[in-house]
Amino acid sequence: MTPATIPLSVQDLTVAWHRKPVIWDVQFDVAPGQLVGIIGPNGAGKSTLLKAIMDLVPRTSGRVEIFGGPWKQNRQRVGYVPQRESVDWDFPVSVLDVVTMGLYGRLGWFRPVRKQHREAAQRALERVGMGALAGRQISQLSGGQQQRTFLARALVQDADLYLMDEPFAAVDAATEQAIVEILREMRAAGKTAVVIHHDLHTVADYFDSVVLLNMRVVAQGATSDVFTRENLERTYGGRLTLLEEATEAMRRRERSL
Amino acid sequence: MNLLAQWDWYYDGMIMLAGVLCAVAASLPGNFLVLRRISLLGDAVSHAVLPGIAAAFLITHSRSGFAVLPGAVLAGLLTAVLTEWIRDTGKVDEGASMGVAFTTLFALGLVLIVQAADTVDLDPGCVLYGILEATPLETVTVGALEIPRVVLMLGGVVLINAVFIILFFKELLISSFDPGLATTEGFHARILHYLLMVLVAVTAVASFEAAGNILVVAMFIVPPATAMLLTTRLSRMILLSAAIAALSAVLGHVSALTVPALFGFRSTSTAGMMTLCAGLLFFVTALFSPQTGAIVTWARRQRLAWRILSEDLIALLFRLEERTPGQTVLPGTLSRGLLTSLMLTRIAIARQKLRGYVRTSDQGIQLTEAGRQAAAALVRSHRLWENYLVTEGIHVDGIHRQAETLEHFTDRALRDRLQTQGTLADIDPHGSPIPEETIGPSK
Repeated sequence: MTPATIPLSVQDLTVAWHRKPVIWDVQFDVAPGQLVGIIGPNGAGKSTLLKAIMDLVPRTSGRVEIFGGPWKQNRQRVGYVPQRESVDWDFPVSVLDVVTMGLYGRLGWFRPVRKQHREAAQRALERVGMGALAGRQISQLSGGQQQRTFLARALVQDADLYLMDEPFAAVDAATEQAIVEILREMRAAGKTAVVIHHDLHTVADYFDSVVLLNMRVVAQGATSDVFTRENLERTYGGRLTLLEEATEAMRRRERSL
Repeated sequence: MNLLAQWDWYYDGMIMLAGVLCAVAASLPGNFLVLRRISLLGDAVSHAVLPGIAAAFLITHSRSGFAVLPGAVLAGLLTAVLTEWIRDTGKVDEGASMGVAFTTLFALGLVLIVQAADTVDLDPGCVLYGILEATPLETVTVGALEIPRVVLMLGGVVLINAVFIILFFKELLISSFDPGLATTEGFHARILHYLLMVLVAVTAVASFEAAGNILVVAMFIVPPATAMLLTTRLSRMILLSAAIAALSAVLGHVSALTVPALFGFRSTSTAGMMTLCAGLLFFVTALFSPQTGAIVTWARRQRLAWRILSEDLIALLFRLEERTPGQTVLPGTLSRGLLTSLMLTRIAIARQKLRGYVRTSDQGIQLTEAGRQAAAALVRSHRLWENYLVTEGIHVDGIHRQAETLEHFTDRALRDRLQTQGTLADIDPHGSPIPEETIGPSK
């Protein structure tokens, strides 16, 4: 496989915040046409990992390649679905406005939104079963509808690699099913999705491969091989790891200087 | 007494125009400050431009807006940068770091301005409330027209702000709503943030000597906040905020002349009165806005409370009838059963009598046939809910209170679904029979 066909390659990625590492030496590759789950406890650095891939938070060290090139060069091929809670749902915009935002990147600076863009957004809304709600103000949406709106916005981006931050968090069963179906349609079209996921029961059902993350990569590979009780215990183990102890000592030392 | 005896169309018109332009200029970028939840950064920047202005005074010995502009814009940007830097390194929240950054810069400005006052004609008092009243005194000639310098300058700022928002509407929208997505799509949220800060600084500087600090700080926030109560679309919010800003300025100038005169005083500070009017418009909107207004919400809640009490009344009568058919009940018994005062109970009885649901006699109150049917539907809803909640795994002790609320919001269609998804039993978990459906099938 040439590097240009590998959607995402993360090498030795470390992100630290005030000297405290959030993710440490993370390394994994994602093969094309796969649904990849990122699994790990709260505070394991899952969101930070996605943000660091897209240069949204500064990296301390390491490299990220998107389709064989740096993020800046290939960012048009990446679609980002942030956590639902990351935006203000009282913002004075309609559902269609939010979905249309997925097209802004392709429009570029200064060019206004036109009819064809709104029509593309409308089609995406229909694909997630929200066609009738296009004109609604976003504060009137339920949690599941908010997530579907974000998904429609990702769809209009028409990216090749999707990075999704907990799209299944606190949604109703129907929405969860709708999201899974869309993900599978994406995979059938040769697209790749890296999805942060919390519900361990559905991992084996939804994802082809997984990355088990707790500050470092505990294990990664095909779900059937890697998603084992033993690996999960290592990922979710409550014990303070030696690494954490060491960094804590480092921080204390620095403060007392 | 003619309150507007001294009204002069040119003189007062120009003061009003300057006020309107200043208010509109500030309200335009203000929309994005409010939406990004950094409203106070407008306040901070407009204070922090002071050292820039003072430094420019000291260097150029000129009061002209164009001479002080670069210094002020730099100082404004410095506030934004410093705020971020203090937040990240000082480990304090945004508000505290803003407070540190702008008070320090403002104080530096005051120190400089007192120095400058020895060499340049400059009054620290002007900084606060400005001298809008002096607008017509200093004019420049443009073509055949003589226009006050302040009006020309503020007009220019309105134009700059309007053009900026039209050109960057899409970029401002996405970076305000979802900065992460904006950045990944190539619109660096931070660049837009600083561009917005430049606009805020330019607006603050231009408004400074004419309107002072108080008007511009208020107009950054108050008109957009008012507009936000009235609409759910960004473009409409921006237009509305500009209209509200202009209205406050006009109302402000007229009241500055008339209101003090009513009480026998001389006219008061125009900029102050304009700001006060903007604040009053906000409160009026907050109280009376059709969707979110406090009064409308209160009235709606009150109506709902009445409906629920009236429904509880007939449901109680129905339950008492179940025990002793054909009995009449005294209002006192009902008020004890409803846990409410006798007076409220009597009003509820009067309402239901008006609808023909109860009849009253000397012996007491009794359901009519129509009332019995309506009450049966309510009690049926209540008991169906209790059955359903039990199947949802909720303990029997907790179901009555929930059903008591839910029964008032349950129509025929929902009851049908509750019956099929519940236990299908014809008695509720407490052993009371579930009344037959009395209302025709829903459409």
